[in-house]
Amino acid sequence: MSIELIIGILNIVLISTTPLVFAGIGELVTEKSGVLNLGLEGLMLVGAVTGFITLVLTGNYFYSLFLSILSGVILSGIFAFLVLNLMTNQIATGLALTIFGIGLSAMLGKKFGGTPIDGLNPYYFIVISFLLVFFVAYFLSKTKTGLIVRAVGENHNSAYALGYNVIKTRYLTIIFGGVMSSLAGYYISICYAPMWQEGMTAGRGWIALALVVFATWKPWRLLVGAYIFGGVAIMQMNLQAIGVKLPGQFFNMMPYLATIIVLVFISSNKLRLKLSAPSSLNIPFEKNQ
Amino acid sequence: MQSIVEFKNIFKSYPGVIANDDVSFNIKEQSIHAILGENGAGKSTLVKILYGHVKPDSGKILINSDLATINSPSTAKNLGINMVFQHFSLFESLTVVENLILGMSENISLTKLKDKSKTICDKYGFKLNLNSPISSLSVGQRQSVEIVRSLLNSPKILIMDEPTSVLTPDEISKLFKIIKNLVKDGLTVIFISHKLEEIINLSDYVTIMRNGKVVSTISTQNEDPETLGYKMLGYKVSKAKQVSNIDISRDIFNIKNLSTQSKDPFTINLNKIDLNLKKGQIFGIAGVAGNGQKELMEILLNENDYEFSGDIFFKDLNINNLSTFKRKSLSISYVTEERLGHSAVPEMSLSENIFLSMNHKSEFKKGDFINFEKINSFASDVIKNFNVDTPSYNVKAGKLSGGNLQKFIIGREIMSNPELLILSQPTWGIDAGSEAFIKKTIVELSQKGVSIIIISHDLDELLEVCHQISVLYEGSLSNPLKVEGINITKLGKYMGGLFD
Repeated sequence: MSIELIIGILNIVLISTTPLVFAGIGELVTEKSGVLNLGLEGLMLVGAVTGFITLVLTGNYFYSLFLSILSGVILSGIFAFLVLNLMTNQIATGLALTIFGIGLSAMLGKKFGGTPIDGLNPYYFIVISFLLVFFVAYFLSKTKTGLIVRAVGENHNSAYALGYNVIKTRYLTIIFGGVMSSLAGYYISICYAPMWQEGMTAGRGWIALALVVFATWKPWRLLVGAYIFGGVAIMQMNLQAIGVKLPGQFFNMMPYLATIIVLVFISSNKLRLKLSAPSSLNIPFEKNQ
Repeated sequence: MQSIVEFKNIFKSYPGVIANDDVSFNIKEQSIHAILGENGAGKSTLVKILYGHVKPDSGKILINSDLATINSPSTAKNLGINMVFQHFSLFESLTVVENLILGMSENISLTKLKDKSKTICDKYGFKLNLNSPISSLSVGQRQSVEIVRSLLNSPKILIMDEPTSVLTPDEISKLFKIIKNLVKDGLTVIFISHKLEEIINLSDYVTIMRNGKVVSTISTQNEDPETLGYKMLGYKVSKAKQVSNIDISRDIFNIKNLSTQSKDPFTINLNKIDLNLKKGQIFGIAGVAGNGQKELMEILLNENDYEFSGDIFFKDLNINNLSTFKRKSLSISYVTEERLGHSAVPEMSLSENIFLSMNHKSEFKKGDFINFEKINSFASDVIKNFNVDTPSYNVKAGKLSGGNLQKFIIGREIMSNPELLILSQPTWGIDAGSEAFIKKTIVELSQKGVSIIIISHDLDELLEVCHQISVLYEGSLSNPLKVEGINITKLGKYMGGLFD
């Protein structure tokens, strides 16, 4: 294999993996505070379509980015209201958000499929994604606010008893996660593709969810994991190009298989599970009246 | 001295219960003020109202004669009120210093925080390793973290909710010394307890609560445990009288060289436990919570195939590998610590709960069907014989009060005619009337020749009913001490791990 080819492959991996980093790091922060948001796929699609439509209609990158982010704030805000204030089941609500997002984005984007646009340079976003991982790692481990997020996810009753606002903290982490998913979607429709097509995120939301578990809730591992998952996907194309006969489905299942192996590995040991997973994950918080 | 806190007509009700009914009293500045009452008397609710954790339906609180609206724990903290919780509010996977930071209401640099906590530790004699994770600390150390965390905020009022329930006698006397020094330095301490001796030893004033109401607020100077106990309950409790009726010639239950080697740091490893139980004997296993009681009970029950080495014999039969139901068929009965969720299913009726624990008995089945007639009549007998206050056996287990449910569960096990009854925390958190009834029942049962093991943190309870007591400390079981003429100092040393 020539150097050019390797660099070419690495370049493609870099470009194609960035949405996973965005969505994954957002979900990591959400889960660290004790909330499981299964709506990533839906958030990404709506973020992708709002960004795309705004760009087509206004031609302004700033507006399109702003509206894409706004869609994430609104949708994840609704999700937060449902699971935090109305205490609905997080899994069911997250699934509903995904299904809603798929439907809404398909409806909104109907007229815009195939409209050509000038894409943005993906390298800005790639740099931002690295900075973001660094920022989140620093935030969670070194700042007091980060410590509060971890404390809320570890034991929300104790955090409340100490005077911390559990609901507010979770609102913020859920909205952060939502915005990151929208950005992932925006990147796909504006930088990576650049175009709009129904269901164009192609399951990346689910892979990002798996990635958080794969990374055992640690930001740097998430970055490494994202590139492994992304690399596997690219390898599939390249191997097929040089004629290796492995079914495509085999590669599609690799990220999930890897996640299941990690899950089995961490849950085989109660201690490891206790130290890596946020203890209050997916448990609703009810204030003492 | 003037009043620092004034409760004025506090009223708080929950569906079906009035937790605080027109509660009014004052707390003097720089004093130790105890709040005494049974479980469910409303003491915890009251201090949670003061700490902003619970909202009262009506009533006022004055702090330094000013009306205070305390909506949340953070407002309480700003007013100088801090609380040390009964069930600790620490974060297990975080380190000591991270837990301390989380308790600070103002922002402070890490070095300053370390300096400040070191000053507090030195001054009052706490020993803390700031970088250890909470999960590696003993219960006593965890409490130290909680107290230091509260003191870092330089509070004016410190609430302590049952702080001694998890400590050894030695740790308790250390804690009391610390509390007295804190008060000398200007703090006001509100101390919640249901232990009479402690209150007389420690506090200056005591407010006695019963059924949500204040009975009286008095100085503890001229009180003794008996007068105080009468005021708390409103009646005198007769103690269970132990009469020895042990058949020394018959071994019922033996544990030989029982050890575990778990690598999980959240569990305690048992270390060469030996135990010998005769027919008709009541054997108490004392010790502070978290010293291996849970693990020992796990092995005695064998619900989860907990790995261990050593042997367990029931009437000379090795039962190491027998399942819970096989052990039950051999006439061993169990009452576990968690009433709801383990001993009984809260959402199911009393009758159904009978069947769940007795389905190894053929008399409760008709072929593959449940014989509800038999079960219902069995449940009625339990309710009648054990004074369970409930309208019918169709009531859901979760609807019963702690004391009534415990009487029902113990009654259920006793009516299955066991030869060996193993109880864990049989009277924890229940009213004094039910507690006295259960103790009396246990003693009577032993006189009929049933052997009984009681695992309990409540030393007074064990001293009242048991023939012999051993202490469990970090997984090791002490040699048994005869309760008759027992040396309390020795027992205290055992609880701190100083075995002979």
